[in-house]
Amino acid sequence: MRLRNLLSATAAAAALGALAGPALAERGADGQVNIIYWQAVSILNPYLSGGTKDVEGASLVLEPLARYDETGTMVPWLVEEIPTVENGGVSEDLMSITWKLKPGLKWSDGSDVTAADAVFTADYCMDETGGCQQVANYADVASVEAVDDLTIKITFTVPKPVPYGPFVGAQSPILQAAQFADCKGAKAPECTDANFGPIGTGPYVVAEFKPNDVVVYEANPHYREADKPAFGSVLLKGGGDAVSAARSVMETGEFDYAWNMQVEPEILAQMEARGIGKVISAYGTSVERFEVNMTNPDPDLGDLRSTVEGGPHPFLTDPKVTRALSMAIDREILVEAGYGAAGQVTCNVLPAPDLFNSTANDWCKTPDVDGANALLDEAGWVVGSDGVREKDGVKLSLLYQTSTNSVRQGTQALIKQMWQEIGVETELRNISGSVFFGGDPSSPDTFQKLYADVEMFTNNFDGTDPEKYMANWRCSEIPSPKNNWLGGNNPRFCSEEYDALVQTLAGTAKIEERAEIAKQLNDMLMESGAIIPLIHRGRVAAMANTIEGHAMNPWDSELWDIASWSRAK
Amino acid sequence: MTDAAAVRPDADAAAAADAAAAKRRHSSPWRDVWAQFSSHRGALAGAAVFAFMLLVVLVGPFIHDVDPQKLDIRAKNQFMSWEHPLGTDNLGRDMLAQVMAGGQVSLAVGVTAMLLSVLLGTAIGVTAGFSRRLDGPMMRLTDLFLALPLLPLLLVIIMLFRDTLRQAFGPESGIFILIVFVIGITSWMQTARIVRGDVLALKEREFVLAARSVGAPGRRIITRHILPNVLSPIMVSATLGVANAIITESALSFLGLGFPSDFPTWGRLLYDGANFMTLTPDRVIWPGLAISLTVLSVNYIGDGLRDALDPRIRGR
Repeated sequence: MRLRNLLSATAAAAALGALAGPALAERGADGQVNIIYWQAVSILNPYLSGGTKDVEGASLVLEPLARYDETGTMVPWLVEEIPTVENGGVSEDLMSITWKLKPGLKWSDGSDVTAADAVFTADYCMDETGGCQQVANYADVASVEAVDDLTIKITFTVPKPVPYGPFVGAQSPILQAAQFADCKGAKAPECTDANFGPIGTGPYVVAEFKPNDVVVYEANPHYREADKPAFGSVLLKGGGDAVSAARSVMETGEFDYAWNMQVEPEILAQMEARGIGKVISAYGTSVERFEVNMTNPDPDLGDLRSTVEGGPHPFLTDPKVTRALSMAIDREILVEAGYGAAGQVTCNVLPAPDLFNSTANDWCKTPDVDGANALLDEAGWVVGSDGVREKDGVKLSLLYQTSTNSVRQGTQALIKQMWQEIGVETELRNISGSVFFGGDPSSPDTFQKLYADVEMFTNNFDGTDPEKYMANWRCSEIPSPKNNWLGGNNPRFCSEEYDALVQTLAGTAKIEERAEIAKQLNDMLMESGAIIPLIHRGRVAAMANTIEGHAMNPWDSELWDIASWSRAK
Repeated sequence: MTDAAAVRPDADAAAAADAAAAKRRHSSPWRDVWAQFSSHRGALAGAAVFAFMLLVVLVGPFIHDVDPQKLDIRAKNQFMSWEHPLGTDNLGRDMLAQVMAGGQVSLAVGVTAMLLSVLLGTAIGVTAGFSRRLDGPMMRLTDLFLALPLLPLLLVIIMLFRDTLRQAFGPESGIFILIVFVIGITSWMQTARIVRGDVLALKEREFVLAARSVGAPGRRIITRHILPNVLSPIMVSATLGVANAIITESALSFLGLGFPSDFPTWGRLLYDGANFMTLTPDRVIWPGLAISLTVLSVNYIGDGLRDALDPRIRGR
């Protein structure tokens, strides 16, 4: 009897619980969500790291004024609306922009968010001794001032048709002035407490952080939406590789979300078939491409290796050669072998948004081995007895490097065979991703040093405006010992015409004209052969079937909407 | 009398007794070694398996003459068939051809690295054991090498010398030399220690003293009297060395270091296949089996050789 009573009481309680669950969306009601980033987070201050993993790890805590949603549209985040010329937020002469903060915003320590925090953040990043990695977002900023507690006015030195650099997107969030006050300039990297546990406005606060291993977040008690986030805590684990991360979500179910699934399509399909998780993807601006060394990587040059001073490359500066290399590649096969639904053929380094996608280079979509051979014959490259073309004692022999990943090694093998058919000899090299992308100036194997003839990797840009991105290939951006091998112009491409056109782009307001110029810039890179695009890659993640409320976003941090995530009942 | 001499733990007496026995049977000492070796079942089986592996790896490519590098994306991830006896990988490369080509490299690395390490180990061991003056420094050097962490050292060496060697010998032979060298110079220490110990004991023995008293130079004493007597431990560490070198090369390849990614070795095949384990399990089974069988067979051969070369055990 007692037992029956107990049982019915439990059943009633369970029924009540089930009824109450969906009715009352409550902060922290869904327990913990486990996320795996197979490259571990090493710092939680995005201003001190260029790594996607770090920027995204910080995006749970730190927030910008506005960000991009899954369609690439800018959405107000900490502000009431996006300032435009129409609503008076951007001045008529395009020299300034005024943001209005939402009233009543609180930091996770309970203090008020004010315009002074934004002013401080800009000062922090624009301090030349601070080594800010996101300084490109603050290009041409003359001053940032707090008009009142909630109004931020940014003035530029030149007219800015797209004034959404500062405080927009995951790479440019607002820091708390009180916390970072003593961390400006050269002291920035020394503020370990602040860099490892920033106080933010986001849905989560850092509870525990082990650099290069794991971050534990807890719900922010002062978050502006009372019923969010649904998950009380987040575990962000780093390490392993893409395949084991995929397995942990879709086969074992240990994790709920895994980032950056560069894994062979057949493996993903097999895992997905188990029904625990699914693969989600969205196309942004990521392009897997060759960056072709325009300078000479000969080891005999010593310190001058792969620098402009070391002289031009013996043959890759000839656009006929690079065009032949591009023509010989059957990109459809690369997609089929390594990407499946997560990749499509592209002939542009700037494939999206659609308006910016040039059609001038579409010849590369259909492989043309005969044409490539004819082009090389015409350029005077003769096939030698060993099947390798040569001219004036120089052989068409390439050292081809990329990061260690089985999809990339597969692509390497395929391309090697394709190039063999046009008499180009290829030596393959793969370097561990943490070294290759690590940016350590003392390592010879970083992608900036490019001690090889060609290298393959993926890059993209945040948001939808390519101005900053295309500015990467200006002469001033060439990595060299003088700038400690920093700079985004890995091919060492240098053209005055290109630099001038980038300047023009910066001063053009109308979106159609901007698109036209961006396409021209893209075409110049393609024609010079400095970049050989291969595959337009989608952002791919693996997610447990029980996670709801996530929209895959290729334009901003992938975890941009984590406040709305919940677990299906 | 002969029997009494044979059970005394006395190598030269035993050798003499053995020689006498050999004379009686009109056979050479090597025949005795073979007789002892062939009575060790494991060793025989090991030798047979190793010979089989060698045969497959060296002769196989002439029978199954498919280019291991040939990609055929339309025939990817296939299971075993007549056309592809061990199936294909995810880029459509023939697995049998790759396993055979990989075996050539892995075995070549194993044997060459073993030769280097045995040569170094013996030289250092004999010098240290024979010369009192050099004993201290040599053995401290050995301790130093034993204390070095192997993998970080390998990483640094590969980073420092890769480009120089690549220029001098080309990408593949360059990295081959580098890997053989790296494995060789990091695995001679055990041999050196064992050899030194044996030499220390041997050089106080009567026959060495006798040789010394008639004025034989040190060089001759070493080559005529000492080396033949330490042959047994050297042979054993040589066989263990082959196995060790194959495993180290596999580990390096498994870490994505070492040879370029399109240059198959057993370790590399295993590494590449690991991701596909659930889809095409044969991609890890065959190279894994090849590594295990080779290492196991070589170990058994070593075991048998030790018994066969030790006159005190031989004949029992």
